[in-house]
Amino acid sequence: MLRITECGLHCPAADLYIDPWLPVDRAVITHAHGDHARAGSRHYLASRESARVLRTRLGAEASIELADFGVPRDVGGVSITLIPAGHILGSAQVRLEHRGEVWVVSGDYKTEPDPTCSPFEPVRCHTFVTESTFGLPIYRWSAQEQTFADMRAWWRENAEHGRASLVYAYALGKAQRVLAGMLGAGIGPVYTHGAVERLTADYRASGIMLHDTTPVASLPKGTKYGGSLIVAPPSAAGSPWLRRFGDLSTAFASGWMQVRGARRRRALDRGFALSDHVDWPALMTAIDATGAVNVWVTHGYREQVVRYLNDRGLNARSIASQWEGENDQEPAVADEAEIA
Amino acid sequence: MKRFARLYSAIDSTTSTNAKVSAMVEYFSEAAPADAAWAVYFLSGGRPKRLIPVRRVATWAMEASGVPEWLFDESYHAVGDLAETIALLLPVDEQGSGAVHADSYAPGSLSVWVEQRLLPLATMTEDAQRVAVLDAWRELAGTERYVWNKLITGSFRVGVSEQLVARALSRVNGVEEGVVAHRLSGHWTPTAANFSALVATDSADADLSRPFPFYLAYSLEGELESLGEPREWQAEWKWDGIRAQVIRRDGRTYVWSRGGELVTERFPELSEAAEHLPDGTVLDGEIMPWKGGIALPFAQLQRRIGRKKLGPKILADVPVVLVAYDLLELTGRDFRTEPLATRRMELARVVDGASLLSTFVLSPAVPLATWDDARAAHADSRAQRAEGLMLKRLDSEYGVGRRKGNWWKWKVQPFSIDAVMIYAQPGSGKRALLHTDYTFAVRDGDALVPFAKAYSGLTDAEIRTLDAWIRRHTVEKFGPVRQVEPVQVFELAFEGIQRSPRHKSGLAVRFPRIARWRTDKPASEADTIETLRQILEAAT
Repeated sequence: MLRITECGLHCPAADLYIDPWLPVDRAVITHAHGDHARAGSRHYLASRESARVLRTRLGAEASIELADFGVPRDVGGVSITLIPAGHILGSAQVRLEHRGEVWVVSGDYKTEPDPTCSPFEPVRCHTFVTESTFGLPIYRWSAQEQTFADMRAWWRENAEHGRASLVYAYALGKAQRVLAGMLGAGIGPVYTHGAVERLTADYRASGIMLHDTTPVASLPKGTKYGGSLIVAPPSAAGSPWLRRFGDLSTAFASGWMQVRGARRRRALDRGFALSDHVDWPALMTAIDATGAVNVWVTHGYREQVVRYLNDRGLNARSIASQWEGENDQEPAVADEAEIA
Repeated sequence: MKRFARLYSAIDSTTSTNAKVSAMVEYFSEAAPADAAWAVYFLSGGRPKRLIPVRRVATWAMEASGVPEWLFDESYHAVGDLAETIALLLPVDEQGSGAVHADSYAPGSLSVWVEQRLLPLATMTEDAQRVAVLDAWRELAGTERYVWNKLITGSFRVGVSEQLVARALSRVNGVEEGVVAHRLSGHWTPTAANFSALVATDSADADLSRPFPFYLAYSLEGELESLGEPREWQAEWKWDGIRAQVIRRDGRTYVWSRGGELVTERFPELSEAAEHLPDGTVLDGEIMPWKGGIALPFAQLQRRIGRKKLGPKILADVPVVLVAYDLLELTGRDFRTEPLATRRMELARVVDGASLLSTFVLSPAVPLATWDDARAAHADSRAQRAEGLMLKRLDSEYGVGRRKGNWWKWKVQPFSIDAVMIYAQPGSGKRALLHTDYTFAVRDGDALVPFAKAYSGLTDAEIRTLDAWIRRHTVEKFGPVRQVEPVQVFELAFEGIQRSPRHKSGLAVRFPRIARWRTDKPASEADTIETLRQILEAAT
């Protein structure tokens, strides 16, 4: 049903690509992160829930057709349905059915509940295409209530010492999940980096409840930041933008923070292992729930997950792609870092 | 155990020295003496002798977590630390108490865990060890499991020194930091009684070990002639070692560095020689690497400083002496208000009386008939392995701190060389966000040979400008280190130079720092390795 070409994951029967990395005629987009939603294709199909964030990412000119979750459509004899993937706002799995055979492409996904997007739904299929960003058994997330409680305690302690708390979080998805997690927690003023604020506005316009935010750029020079929480993309780390905040404690909200060394390499004060990807047990549970015999494993710890699945009697294959998942070394996005 | 694990997390999650000390203060104020004793032991680097071969621990972890060996190894590669890998892999029970960041409800304080669970492992059979370790894993959770793993694998390390532990203890009980450090030195055994003695406010021993404040000199400003008559002054070499006081009181010896560290154990030669000093003597001087009556380069002393254990080889290669400058206490009497001339006369007598081992050397006075003698001596400083001259008024008392007028230091100009920056990396602490640590190279034909790292010397504005330039001109990244285009030239100043097989250039310079940013100079006009070799020739 699917094959990998130089442009990406291709469905010949429907002649469409899923999250292509080169421009194509017809692209189905699982979610709006840059490595999955690339500009330049002639026509896009994506979930209605992703409409605003995808528009921000792809630009006003892009031709985007929106589909409701769970409503199949026929493309060249292939029935295509978008199913919630629980990764970020609007993220979808793509279900393809053709002559009785069912494939599901998960994109990026998590099975934990998240108030900022529709929850992941398992789908029975013959072949499951899964990510493997955190595909090692060392990655097991603590309950997110605990992680958010830790984050609030960190903020409180900083506030008591007159320090500002700055949490790095990906501008799309993680930042808003953090903002949702801070709702009703009695957190002091929450300030945002421009890149975060733009997408946060898209989330609010999509009906998602988030903590109130004020863009740092709108504040007068000489503002005192002690006791505030600042949300910024990781690319702001080390930039001159940080100098205004005075005494500052920094943290990163990312699954990579599970490992002490990852935090120390970044010279952060705290790391919160908060991820929008499945951890190891959830990955295994999700794969089991599909009932799939064939598993294509993409971006992440591919070889390890493939070996583990094959040892358990599945037919797993490692698929090279240009998707990155939650990149530890997120490329510095110039326009994000330079927006004051 | 839970509190100790929390202390570990608190120390581990900060790069600030103050925050680390505060965390320890909080722990020590609450912990029972028996627990605090073990905390002191582990925090200051103590390790019980090998308890279990680590591969056994790894095997039991695979068994307990149901992870096959190949996947365990893959996990270990991703984490880079065995104790942490195991903590991340062990099963979590239904209550979530094994979760990595959770607290556990395991009873038992640190001392109970160490004395009843950890130390007995050493003498158990393999089967009994296995049962004991698996039980511990079931009872502990989160950071405690991780800390326990660190303890059983003998890899417990956290970023504090014995000195910081002493600082924290001193804040808890108001006993001077130096006194605590002294009580902690030697073979300190972690028992409740010893901990109580460590922080006891009774000050008998404190008075005995206490050094005097060091008297410091200002840099000479005007002309020598402005000092008046040469005959009113004493000139000595300004030695480049470790300024220290050797204290002999009540049959015991204490050696304090100017940094306030008790270094008695690092210099056994001094302790040995001090036994020949009369009781109630305090000498001020410079600890110098010294062989055959002449000074060795400071770099030789550095080979010794970092070591906890001093083998016979290093003691033979780099023996030290105290070049004695002054006598602060004589037969138990504070002697500091006597004029320098008197103190020096008595100092000569004391040193002479203890000179069997030639470990105390009277700092030679440079003859000073005219100021031109001083100028000639100053010009000869490097040949003496000194870094300049000290000028002290003969009638001066031994003051406190830094006072203008009676004591002057007159340092020789540092060496300098124009070098090219080739690597940069972020600093630590507050400077972690800026590239402030640089590696410099000199030219060698068409190649560039690195020879020095330098951290300081630029203004904050220059650091920011350079940081921005570094980010835009990175050729390659190796972790935090950026290789940059070899374009920027800096004038580096340094105090000494010697051969070093450990450096690519075959040379090591002492105390390199940036004198200025040579924006006027292209890299093609930077100095060459040949220039450095010539400086080396001239200096040795």
